[in-house]
Amino acid sequence: MKDFILPDADFGTPARRSDKTVTLTIDGTDVTVPEGTSVMRAAAMAGIEIPKLCATDSLEPIGSCRLCMVEIEGRRGTPASCTTPAADGMAVQTQTPKLAKLRRGVMELYISDHPLDCLTCAANGDCQLQDMAGAVGLREVRYTPGANHFETRQNGEANPRFEAKDTSNPYFTYDPAKCIACFRCVRACEEVQGTFALTVEGRGFAARIASGTTDFLSSDCVSCGACVQACPTATLQENAVIEMGTPDRAIVTTCAYCGVGCSFRAEMKGDQLVRMVPWKDGKANRGHSCVKGRFAFGYAAHPDRIQSPMIRETIDQPWREVSWDEALAFTAQRLRRIQAESGTGAIGGITSSRCTNEETFLVQKLIRQVFGNNNVDTCARVCHSPTGYGLKTTFGTSAGTQDFDSVEAADVVLVIGANPTDGHPVFASRLKKRLRQGARLIVADPRRIDLVKGPHVQAAHHLALRPGTNVALLTAMAHVIVTEGLTDSAFIAERCDAEAFADWAAFVAEDHLGPEATEALTGVPADQVRQAARLYATGGNAAIYYGLGVTEHSQGSTTVMAIANLAMATGNIGRPGVGVNPLRGQNNVQGSCDMGSFPHELPGYRHVHDPEARGVFERLWNVTISDEPGLRIPNMLDAAVDGSFRGLYVQGEDILQSDPDTRHVAAGLAAMDCVIVHDLFLNETANYAHVFLPGSSFLEKDGTFTNAERRLNRVRRVMAPMTGLADWEVTMALANAMGAGWDYAHPSEIMDEIAATTPSFAGVSYDLLDREGSVQWPCNEAAPKGTPVMHEAGFVRGKGLFVITDYVPTDERTGPRFPLLLTTGRILSQYNVGAQTRRTANTAWHGEDRLEIHPHDAETRGIAEGDWVRLASRSGETSLRATLTDRVSPGVVYTTFHHPETQANVVTSDYSDWATNCPEYKVTAVQVALSNGPSDWQEDYAAQARAARRILPAAE
Amino acid sequence: MTTDIIARCRGIAAAHAHLDGPLLPVLHAVQESFGHVPVAAYPALAEELGLSAAEIHGVVSFYPDFRTEPGGRRVLRVCRAEACQAMGAAALGEDLKARLGVEWHGTTEDGAVTLEPAYCLGLCACAPAALVDDRPLGRVTADRLERLAREGSA
Repeated sequence: MKDFILPDADFGTPARRSDKTVTLTIDGTDVTVPEGTSVMRAAAMAGIEIPKLCATDSLEPIGSCRLCMVEIEGRRGTPASCTTPAADGMAVQTQTPKLAKLRRGVMELYISDHPLDCLTCAANGDCQLQDMAGAVGLREVRYTPGANHFETRQNGEANPRFEAKDTSNPYFTYDPAKCIACFRCVRACEEVQGTFALTVEGRGFAARIASGTTDFLSSDCVSCGACVQACPTATLQENAVIEMGTPDRAIVTTCAYCGVGCSFRAEMKGDQLVRMVPWKDGKANRGHSCVKGRFAFGYAAHPDRIQSPMIRETIDQPWREVSWDEALAFTAQRLRRIQAESGTGAIGGITSSRCTNEETFLVQKLIRQVFGNNNVDTCARVCHSPTGYGLKTTFGTSAGTQDFDSVEAADVVLVIGANPTDGHPVFASRLKKRLRQGARLIVADPRRIDLVKGPHVQAAHHLALRPGTNVALLTAMAHVIVTEGLTDSAFIAERCDAEAFADWAAFVAEDHLGPEATEALTGVPADQVRQAARLYATGGNAAIYYGLGVTEHSQGSTTVMAIANLAMATGNIGRPGVGVNPLRGQNNVQGSCDMGSFPHELPGYRHVHDPEARGVFERLWNVTISDEPGLRIPNMLDAAVDGSFRGLYVQGEDILQSDPDTRHVAAGLAAMDCVIVHDLFLNETANYAHVFLPGSSFLEKDGTFTNAERRLNRVRRVMAPMTGLADWEVTMALANAMGAGWDYAHPSEIMDEIAATTPSFAGVSYDLLDREGSVQWPCNEAAPKGTPVMHEAGFVRGKGLFVITDYVPTDERTGPRFPLLLTTGRILSQYNVGAQTRRTANTAWHGEDRLEIHPHDAETRGIAEGDWVRLASRSGETSLRATLTDRVSPGVVYTTFHHPETQANVVTSDYSDWATNCPEYKVTAVQVALSNGPSDWQEDYAAQARAARRILPAAE
Repeated sequence: MTTDIIARCRGIAAAHAHLDGPLLPVLHAVQESFGHVPVAAYPALAEELGLSAAEIHGVVSFYPDFRTEPGGRRVLRVCRAEACQAMGAAALGEDLKARLGVEWHGTTEDGAVTLEPAYCLGLCACAPAALVDDRPLGRVTADRLERLAREGSA
């Protein structure tokens, strides 16, 4: 870590855990450390810094730079302190004349093959080599210039050892001339990220760091930044630092991409963001990052960002830029007029999983207090609503049971319907680290995701099931566990509802639900299902991680409950290393659900039927809250087409692109009289909007995000909002334009209101968050510092409830016209609808959505790699280019949905989860055929979008 | 052709995958089959062995005996270590380079011979020493080496 300017203490070697401690003396100071701790770390803990170059505390030591040597009483020579474990009674000297001379000699050798261009170097002032040269008192280099790696020319000829910079990666540069061959980058790629994209090429003096045999961009490198973070010199350097110089201050904040919720130091220079550096004390990410959070923040300053409010009478008009006051007055007036004409319930809103808890709370408050109805929904409707329903039913809380640290104690991991290396990369790295230590992996996914087989990671079982058969597969696993007597009877007897268990056990034991009977349905060989079930039940601590491949099905809620059943039946709940872990998609989707974004739930998942919960808010807000649930997103759209729902406030969500059956969404939006889009960009939904309120990025506001572990992380404002107002201020201004009279001065006051009204957040305050760094809910009197693992002493609902999970096939079936099954997913470098990542250099990795098709299916259709194909379903059709791969089985095709040009959701059906209406994105019967290019729909759509995005020049 | 080589490399890797640390035996077997380790086969080898292509590159590039491009039909390794140097290996090397018209690591234009330096073949008692393919030779001369290297490789 280059940390001289903005130090974040580096202890040199990783922490060790041990019950036993040892006490040693370093430079006359007594230090007590856990057994196994290195002498270097022990010294650092005592505040004594030993010079080092190849050691950093995110990596295992290799003792190669020889700078950290020390003298130990009674031992010969000068051992490397990074690889020498501290022992009881050891007496260590870190500074002696002998050590000083040796260290100076080592530094002299390093510098003999390093350019002396410190003043013009990108790492000037932030370079450990520079620091160490100073620390050891290097005053001369006696070696005459000879063979080296940094001079471009020697003796009038090109220097054969000189390698030019590799600038292929858009975010960082590799300059071999500055390399000291400490291998920190190679080790970071292996130990921290687990990609193994870097290596040491050659040996001896010729040893160089290489990204395989190609440049960085074409290599296996995933641009996570771990190597850049680990590099002690300017060899691997962020381009932003090369261009802007070193930052001068850092503010800890939270990434606004996925549900992992990584903590970052936003390193600033004035109000310019120079770089985002993963914060090593971040409890979700432990100092790691992925390409999105680390580098893809340029969208926040993209010229496409709208900076002024805009309105228009009708959606065929161009936009007119107006003042905040005019826009808000226009909006308030329209909304009130609609309510006067069509009733209180004719308007509603959608909260954002991208915005903060405080902002989400305000939007639902706006709807419940000011609009006066429960017509509030959120994008969790289309992702994890079944998680909320399923886990609430079985366990009693709508959230995952563990923290991410828990994976370090897992022995068996079942990943189902999730692709962590693409969707939740930092968690994937932590999982892979545990797998390399020996934990075993079961993957249940129609597609051969990267986790199935990769460098030093291989799944014990890949259950490549047919899309839509999750329930059959999980019930078959339960069948094996019950009929082979692998249940944890003591756990069930103590913690679970006995009657429900007996019913469930009798149900799953039926022969027609066994792996043999369901093999034809799921396509997974019975023997594999049996082995996987046995491994899950008997392999030690078993944890389940799942994603949208579980929830986005007509039986999404059933699948979540089937997962919960498995965990309860085997006693894998309530301690570190086990549990049921939904990998939430958006940065704050957990939080938006927690904050009462559903039409039937008040903050804290309290049903609107509950008079006591309603009373809390009614008294505080001085209104009457309806005990009738409001409309869900699909119902709002249906009602809009009918004419009874006419106004919608959409904060930070692009429902046109992200919701299923795009044509239906478009028809619903077009039928409304007041669509208010509050976003950074003129997104696809804004094509149908009458009011556009420009949003603020996560860098421009204070607040909190709640990640997949229920962890509330602080989001801190590092620069002023580009539009003058943070999102929470805009919502407040809209409420006040409608007569609400809110007067929040800071988001912390909103959090105080949340804490005062919502029992599971009762103990949360900004003071606590600033003190603890972060906290996992429930956080209240019983758990003042939060709850890392839930259901430790017993289930929140009392007794765990087993639920019978009947497999009901989806109505979406393949047939002669639509013989293939389409399933959708994400890719590492892009994020969801792509509004952010498409506006960054991440497009270098993924410039368009592609259709993955098995070579057999491609051959029978005459499709070759890269051909344009028409993808058609019963709902619609689109065109995109094909990629031939055996990652998907014959009969299954796969695509991503990051690009609006593709509009993959034109194709998806309007089938949805029976309990929560979560759309069935993951199963659509389709046909694929060669085509000439974009479909008529795509061309019409592009023309409509162009027309809808016109902005009139500002009035003089 | 490349597809065929990759498939055969995959087969070789699979056949050794049961070994503890199979990479070096696999690389030897691949080089035995093709005379070199083709870079195009790295991803396939990596996949079979549960490694990354970069790791394969790291190992192949570490050992001078592995080559990534086809060499000559005969490989001539001439020792340049201390004992051989004392017995005139430097001049011998220069002589051979001139006769074959190549630099170190080079292959003659007709593809017959590749000239490689070696740093001790363990034949110090019979310096200068050399290796023609797998055949160790002591007290070598440029004449003899050139003859042997070109023998049967024309």
